[in-house]
Amino acid sequence: MQQVSKRPNKVIAFLTSRKAVPYVFVAPFIIYFLLIYLYPTISTILMSFQRIDGPTVSTWIGLSNYQKLFSRNFIQSLETTTRYAFWDVVILTSVPLIFAVVLHSGLVKGAAFFKSLFFIPALTSIIVAGIVFRLAFGTQDTAPVNALVTALGGQPRKWLMFADTGNLALIVMTLWRWMGVNIIYYLSGIQAIPTDLYEAAEIDGANPVQRFFHVTLPGIKPVLIYVITITVLGGFAMFTESVALWAQNNPGGVGRTIVGYLYQVGISKANMGMASAVGLTLLVLVLVVNLVQLVLMGFFRKEDA
Amino acid sequence: MKMKKHFNKRKAMLSFLATGLMIIWACVAMLPFAFMFCSSLKPGEEMLRKGLSLTIEPGVSSFSNYNALNTYRDGIYWHWYKSSVIIMVLQTVIGLFFGSMVGYGLAMYNFKGRNLIFTLVLIVMMIPFEILLLPLYRMLIRTKMTDNYFGVVLPYLVPPFMIFFFRQYVLGLPKELLEAGRIDGCTDYGVFFRIMVPIMIPAFGAMTILSGMNSWNNLLWPMIVLSSNEKFTIPIGMGTTITPYGNAYDVLMPGAVMAVVPIIIIYLCAQKTFIAGLTAGSVKG
Repeated sequence: MQQVSKRPNKVIAFLTSRKAVPYVFVAPFIIYFLLIYLYPTISTILMSFQRIDGPTVSTWIGLSNYQKLFSRNFIQSLETTTRYAFWDVVILTSVPLIFAVVLHSGLVKGAAFFKSLFFIPALTSIIVAGIVFRLAFGTQDTAPVNALVTALGGQPRKWLMFADTGNLALIVMTLWRWMGVNIIYYLSGIQAIPTDLYEAAEIDGANPVQRFFHVTLPGIKPVLIYVITITVLGGFAMFTESVALWAQNNPGGVGRTIVGYLYQVGISKANMGMASAVGLTLLVLVLVVNLVQLVLMGFFRKEDA
Repeated sequence: MKMKKHFNKRKAMLSFLATGLMIIWACVAMLPFAFMFCSSLKPGEEMLRKGLSLTIEPGVSSFSNYNALNTYRDGIYWHWYKSSVIIMVLQTVIGLFFGSMVGYGLAMYNFKGRNLIFTLVLIVMMIPFEILLLPLYRMLIRTKMTDNYFGVVLPYLVPPFMIFFFRQYVLGLPKELLEAGRIDGCTDYGVFFRIMVPIMIPAFGAMTILSGMNSWNNLLWPMIVLSSNEKFTIPIGMGTTITPYGNAYDVLMPGAVMAVVPIIIIYLCAQKTFIAGLTAGSVKG
């Protein structure tokens, strides 16, 4: 009897000991990492060399999935995704930065109000907001975007029927949704810059543009790197936005992204091996682009660590 | 004196331009909501004929349109709503618990393997979750967890972005609190739950909204896991009403409004804490 009651005490004593406590705190992540990340990553790599005929049946087929990978549909989805990711990074890192700088300059009346208002689009579901954007970029001459373009003296278009104008619609929707989020990230970085740096620059006769490039930009570098990294990730992994504008399996495949293609091959057509090869291509693409970006930004240089 | 006057004039001009720019974007940000709301008051045929509208016409516009939510396929919209809420609450509550725990552990203690674990968190944040979908789906099939809410939240129970955020936040807290708590006779867990968690409230506020947003908006993974119609979430369900052959506008527009309104209300109530929390804990290195 005594022995039974003693054992839990020992366990508790061990779990509350100075040595064990930190590991108890981080244990959920370790379990999660092994179960949700490491095992599936290894599994994806293995599956990309297999033909999967059911939850437990698979045949080793070597490089065959990769040889069949470069079909017309895959290349098209690769183009769509790359085009989107490129403009996503260019627009979503620069435009919110300009807004953040202007909001921080003290020139705007009611800056706090605008800051919280700009955030609201991020709260909506893309599918839900996408319904409006889909109709706004509609084919009729009276659809809002066409009406606006006509009013400005342009020609109405069938925006969502072509890759480049479709991409424009995607970027507009993404900017609408993420502007407020990125502004807040940038503002948190800008506010952390000591004000005497600006004063010193002003005494040295630096104009506002020079102050931006020589004080603000270096000061927010960690935030900038963070924003670019998540934007690259989000850009290449985009899926929901394209479903919102085009629905699934749209004829012609305009707007179908790599992840959309992965879903189509892996789930709709149940070809998991092939889809794993698609997924790994995406992983390599994201890692390479982010690595290049981090090197260019000087992330690995010693003085910034 | 004259120069100062000139300077002030220039500043007023700049201020006018800057505020104008903000007003323009505020209109852009709010426009889709206005379209959504005005269109939701119109009958579906009206939408089919005229597309989106920005007007409220007496006689045509009315809230009676919202009744479609109750009648469309026997009120399935509210089933979707319930699923979305259940998944959001499960995912957020469990995620906050584990996320804050791990983030706190990484920031407060110095232990062997700490840097390795933090590096793993960063690596995991860099991997697109989408590539793990298929093996995870296979795992659910094997453990018979498909078409199940727990299967939907399973991959999000220990969110890396929360670990990262809570770690940053706790790094800014005084470490002496831990010693003081120990002296008062608390265990380390007692210190965490009774002393630290209350201090971390702004961080919890920010993460609640971010996690709620992610879950409310998530499409791909729930779409893979859930297969019965009444278990669908709002994004999946709404997605099924949009087809290349025609859209069910009767339910789409009121449904969109109903999906947006609660989130905006929660945000407006908590936005001060939220923005402060997000700014305090965000990336500083």
